[in-house]
Amino acid sequence: MIDLSSINPVVLAAALMVAATPILLAAIGELVVEKAGVLNLGVEGMMITGAVTGFAVAVMTRDPYLGLLAAAVGGATISLIFAVLTQVMMANQVASGLALTLFGLGFSALLGQGFVGVSPPRTPRLDFGWLTELPVIGPILFRHDPMVYVSLILVAAVWYFLNYSRGGRILRAVGENHEAAHALGYNVRRVRILAIAFGGACAGLGGAYLSLIRVPQWTEGMTAGAGWIALALVVFSSWRPWRVVLGAYLFGGIIVLQLNLQAAGFRIPVEYLAMSPYLVTILVLVVMSSGRARKTLAAPGSLGRPFHASG
Amino acid sequence: MLRLEKRPQPSAAWGWATPVLAVALTMVAGGILFAALGKDPFAAIKMIFWDPLFNPQFASYSRPQLLVKAGPLILIAVGLAIGFRAGIWNIGAEGQYIIGALCGAAVALAFFPSPGWYIFPLMVLAGAFGGWAWAMIPAILKTRFNTNEILVSLLLVYVAEKILAAMATGRMRNPDGAGFPGSRNIAQYPAASNPELIANSGMHWGVVTAFIAVIFAYILLHKHILGYQVQLAGQAPRAARFAGVAPARLVVLCLGLSGALAGLAGLFEVAGPARMISIDFNVGYGFTAIIVAFLGRLHPVGIVLAGLLMALTYIGGELAQFMLGLPSASIQVFQGMLLFFLLAFDVLSNYRIRFARAEAA
Amino acid sequence: MSEPLLAIEGMTKTYPGVVANSDVSFDIGKGEIHALLGENGAGKSTLVKAIYGLIRPDSGSMRWRGAPFTPSAPHEARAAGVAMVFQHFSLFDALDVAENVALGMDNPPPLRRLAAQIRKVSQDYGLPLDPDQLLGDLSAGQRQRVEIVRCLLQDPHLLIMDEPTSVLTPQEVDTLFRTLRQLRSEGRSILYISHKLEEIRALCDKATVLRLGKVVGRCDPRQKTARELAEMMVGTKLHQPERPPHAPGEVALEIRALNLASPSPFGTRLKEVSISVHAGEILGIGGVAGNGQDEFLAALSGEMRAPRGAVFVKGEPVGHLGPNARRALGLLCAPEQRLGHAAAPEMTLTENALLTGAWRQKLVKGGLVNWTKTRGFAEAVIKRFDVRTPGPQVVARALSGGNLQKFVIGREIMQRPEVLVVNQPTWGVDAAAAAAIRQALMDLAQGGAAVVVISQDLDELLEIADSFAALNAGRLTAKRPVRGLTLDQIGLMLGGADEDTDAAA
Repeated sequence: MIDLSSINPVVLAAALMVAATPILLAAIGELVVEKAGVLNLGVEGMMITGAVTGFAVAVMTRDPYLGLLAAAVGGATISLIFAVLTQVMMANQVASGLALTLFGLGFSALLGQGFVGVSPPRTPRLDFGWLTELPVIGPILFRHDPMVYVSLILVAAVWYFLNYSRGGRILRAVGENHEAAHALGYNVRRVRILAIAFGGACAGLGGAYLSLIRVPQWTEGMTAGAGWIALALVVFSSWRPWRVVLGAYLFGGIIVLQLNLQAAGFRIPVEYLAMSPYLVTILVLVVMSSGRARKTLAAPGSLGRPFHASG
Repeated sequence: MLRLEKRPQPSAAWGWATPVLAVALTMVAGGILFAALGKDPFAAIKMIFWDPLFNPQFASYSRPQLLVKAGPLILIAVGLAIGFRAGIWNIGAEGQYIIGALCGAAVALAFFPSPGWYIFPLMVLAGAFGGWAWAMIPAILKTRFNTNEILVSLLLVYVAEKILAAMATGRMRNPDGAGFPGSRNIAQYPAASNPELIANSGMHWGVVTAFIAVIFAYILLHKHILGYQVQLAGQAPRAARFAGVAPARLVVLCLGLSGALAGLAGLFEVAGPARMISIDFNVGYGFTAIIVAFLGRLHPVGIVLAGLLMALTYIGGELAQFMLGLPSASIQVFQGMLLFFLLAFDVLSNYRIRFARAEAA
Repeated sequence: MSEPLLAIEGMTKTYPGVVANSDVSFDIGKGEIHALLGENGAGKSTLVKAIYGLIRPDSGSMRWRGAPFTPSAPHEARAAGVAMVFQHFSLFDALDVAENVALGMDNPPPLRRLAAQIRKVSQDYGLPLDPDQLLGDLSAGQRQRVEIVRCLLQDPHLLIMDEPTSVLTPQEVDTLFRTLRQLRSEGRSILYISHKLEEIRALCDKATVLRLGKVVGRCDPRQKTARELAEMMVGTKLHQPERPPHAPGEVALEIRALNLASPSPFGTRLKEVSISVHAGEILGIGGVAGNGQDEFLAALSGEMRAPRGAVFVKGEPVGHLGPNARRALGLLCAPEQRLGHAAAPEMTLTENALLTGAWRQKLVKGGLVNWTKTRGFAEAVIKRFDVRTPGPQVVARALSGGNLQKFVIGREIMQRPEVLVVNQPTWGVDAAAAAAIRQALMDLAQGGAAVVVISQDLDELLEIADSFAALNAGRLTAKRPVRGLTLDQIGLMLGGADEDTDAAA
């Protein structure tokens, strides 16, 4: 039986922000990495590593914030494997990113063995006083855990950094034309390694958000493609920070909607609804990469190309 | 300080040595990992690499498993390697494997229980077709809309897994199965089964196909103009267009071929070792095959060796899990490390390491 | 004499297998335009990189206004007052002009103030620029202005310019020289690197000539003839390509009103291109880089398909055909970029011989490659065109530019083309190889083939071509016989002015 009346738009909108936050965090990190000219396909692996380290630390310390911090550190640490492979050992970026994902999935499963079925400490929601009490707007915007706001602040910070700071300008220059940046005396490798670590930290946070706040529980392979969706989101955003928010909330909406439709007893089998986020991602990729839209894509000029300074 | 210096010519010797070196270092790092897990590293390594083949207690069971596990890995990896050489990254073989199995199983279930010599060949065709068709989605999106095939093929794995779940619990569920998820046992349906061809060898039609595919790939890559074009497109896309290679045709060819081989692997698995469609039918062969392809240096003969080695880690891993209580995930970590070391040491075939005076940074 | 601005003493730098600089010494005085002259591979770039702090010499010393000068990074050189305009611009397409300028400065002011400074400096020196424009939309000449303005904003004492005119039209060169002379009159010094002798004679006060990493001569270039300078640079008497008189044959290649969009976003669209080339004729196509040269070659090679009736080879329409079908009809090409386009860098010469020779040389039978025969073909090219390499098993990127270019062009010539189209055949090639390549092209034409040479080197075109046309913004001028063509006329053709519009004006 379909009971669409059981779907409350306010609850839906509020849930959407929560559902979008993990991919938003991972995508904004990957955006910075790609702006520096590096394609790290290991987002999924870094997310799941963050999910398990964050979960483990939070459970052991009973402090969700320490857990989130640990997740960022864990994500950044594992991303450094990728950084060493691609920036020092000149390995192929596509293969190294895949390796990171395969390794991360196994590694997290190993670390997480003792944590299956355990409940993590609760992350409190923020209270904005009267704002929280507002009808409709209150529950949608002002009744979330701090990470929802952190993710948005992070996007704003990345946007400001890339467009209005010297560091951001250098990072874009390195991503656009690494030979020229090198000729001007910028350290291409250092900029890229820092960007990769930042991307790893963001992906780690995104993963921990899943295991500590959204689900909250640890299960093997729980990121279930969120990292890949985040990668697609960067393409969707045309490498612009605010468009990442738009895209993430769009996907959040689809995820939440299909869950609600499942709950409402929609007559389509659960599995078909559950594949919708992936199909929508593919659809969006197609639209973004075809025809007129492609001209506005503006991928960084050196994206995915290895750089070796000779002489 | 260490500095890298590009070799004027890639070193052939290091090309062969790096996989061996990577395997050796993975054993060391794996040993450290096992020790950290509180297991005897030497016993664990021996359990993984030696006992499945030579320990009289386990070998009779384990040895045939080697071909059973290596068959699909080699079959998938050979297809992937052709694409990787062309710079076409099909990383969704897992999905093509699932769809191939579903299509093959659908044929079997449709004919059940009637006999007929033509049923198994039809299933083979259906399996190849299923994998091919699933791979055509990223291929056509790539050639028509320039959509990234890496993301599309990977995302389609999740879609395929959902379809598998829907089939196992819905359309393909065994009507006589008391409501349990999973299809009829195809391996017990004589006209559709993929039996062991030589007793206790592990050899089944999938393994035979894998070896045929290896020979076919060798000729294609090293003797045929198409293999040359694949290589050219991967190394210098602009030169390839200059040589008259149509990139779109190559994308369709490489993705289609690798998809069909992955689909075949899925079909032979469902009609043989896996016996039926079930929710957890796929076990990651499609992803491990990526490691196999790289470990085999994208060379058909190398892939055979790499596939056998990877199969060994699977079997040995299970054994170690059973005998030593080694967590099953540790073998996944082990395989991941292998790929890391391999990628890292690859630097040696293209660069020379020099000890140089530190240049002020 | 007063103390020099920069004194270089016994500079030596070696790379594995190559001595880039060996005991190089020279001085640059204050307010002097000093030419550094030498062939490709003579060690000019290495020397300049050392001055700019990009590399460290193995031995030798530099003194800047008498004090030791050892920059270990570009910002240290910049702090001392050294600025550099790169040959391949160090610019970023996706950033705007002001951001590009800021990236080359060590302590850039806020962008708004910088934009005002850019406007002022660019006006003062006759180099107008809009700081808000996206760099990707600028022409090569404008890009160079960005580089120069970036340098001037830092008030440099020494400005290094690496082959600055290779991308400019003769008119743009005049503007640049006016700016450089203005800088000299302000007491600034310029280190001017070039192999264009006439320019050096017109502009520079002193010249240091490098050959194979060593200083082989110092002179006042105004007192020497171009020929004397060339012989100092090359070390031997140059072989002048020559060709007996000949009469043109039938039309071998014809293009009729070809319109074609470029596949790349920053590319140039070909507009109404029409021309015909006769058997035995060498047509030279001049033009500043980025005016449609790559597209023109791609339209002829078959990498870009055109309407059927836009291109004809010996009367046969080929516009719709792919590269191999065109090769079968005798239309062969050698693109500009050797590594990555004309040849695959990581492949052996044997494999690269197969790249274009597969069909015409019958190296493939029933889809299978005859590797023995292919190797034989590669060896034949190596032998006939004197490609210096241990053998056909060597990968392409291991060859020097000149040797690889000889291989690439030789590979096409050996296939006996009816029509051969080459883009920048001697770019980055040493003088001996360049002379050999030019001679081979002339011999080919003498044998009855039609040859189209696209080049930015006007001297080269005037030396070997029978007729001349220019590409400008995707349009091709009508062709004119080279005999009797003046530099002024060529300049106008390159600038896009045609005979007819000229007369109307």
